[in-house]
Amino acid sequence: MKFGVCVFPGSNCDYDTYYVIRDVLEREVSFIFHEERDLSGYDVIIVPGGFSFGDYLRPGALASKTPLAQSLYDFAQRGGIVLGICNGFQILTELGLLPGALLPNLSMRFICDQVYLRVENERTRLTRKLEKGEVLKIPIAHHDGRYYVPEDELKKMEERGQIIFRYCTEEGEVTESANPNGSVSNIAGVMNREGNVFGMMPHPERASEDILGSHDGLMLWYSLISD
Amino acid sequence: MKKVRVLITPKKGLLDPQGRAVQELLRDRGHNVGEVRVGKLLELEVPEGEDVHRLVQKFIINPLIEDYQIEEL
Repeated sequence: MKFGVCVFPGSNCDYDTYYVIRDVLEREVSFIFHEERDLSGYDVIIVPGGFSFGDYLRPGALASKTPLAQSLYDFAQRGGIVLGICNGFQILTELGLLPGALLPNLSMRFICDQVYLRVENERTRLTRKLEKGEVLKIPIAHHDGRYYVPEDELKKMEERGQIIFRYCTEEGEVTESANPNGSVSNIAGVMNREGNVFGMMPHPERASEDILGSHDGLMLWYSLISD
Repeated sequence: MKKVRVLITPKKGLLDPQGRAVQELLRDRGHNVGEVRVGKLLELEVPEGEDVHRLVQKFIINPLIEDYQIEEL
C-alpha cells in the first residue's frame, strides 16, 4: 500500500505525517507537490495540516484550485482513499469532496489543546480498528475549525453514518463544554457518502507515539492499512 | 480593463462572531446598533467582456457560507 502526502506552500504537518507513515507504520510514502497532476500508483493520499497559501481568502480556498487538488478530486471519484487533517479537511470541503465548511472558531482564538473524540461510526476505512463510542485523546491546533453544515444536510449525514467523530468529555459525553470551537453537533470529523474521503480537525499524526502524550491516533493509521 | 468590487459577507443567518463582537462593542459604548456583519472586499481589474459573476462563483466565494455583490467602479 502506497501513501502520498500533499505539500502546498504553507503546509506544515507534511513531514510529521510522512514520518508516522514511514517510521511508525513502516509503509511506502512520498511527498506530492502542489503542481503535480499524476497520482497513479497511490492508494491513500493524506492532505496534511498547515496554512496552505497563508490561509488567504479562506483556509483551503486557494489550495483547492491547484492542479494537485483537481487531480485529487479525480482520484477520489475513482475510489481512492483520501484523508484531510486540519487544513487538509478545510481544503477537502473547499474542493467539494466533503460536505460543509469550516468557519472561524466561535471564540475567534487559535486553539492548541488536547481534546477527546468519541467514535460515532466504527464501520469505516478510517475507524474499523476502533469500537463505537470509544474515546480518543488527540490534539487540535486551529483557528478555523467550527464545522458548519445546514440542518437538513446534517440530518442526512447522520442517517448515512457520515459523522465519524464528535468532541466529547474524557468519559465520552458529548456536551457543549467539550466543544472547543462551536462546531455544529460537536462534529470533529466526517466522511463522504461513498466512504472513501475523510476529514478531521484533530491531528492523529501528533498522537501516534507515547512520547507525544498519546498514541490514540495510531488506531486510525492501523485502520487505513488493514485489509 | 474595467475595475470591479466584490463585496463578500457571511451568509444570511450564519453566526458571525466578528460582527457580533463589533456590535457588542458599539452597544457598550452607548450606540444603539442592530446586526453587524464583517466581510471582505476585493477589487479586481478585469477585461471589459469578463463574466465577473462566473469568475467570483468559481474561484472566490464559498456559496455555502458567503453572499456576495458586485459593484462596477
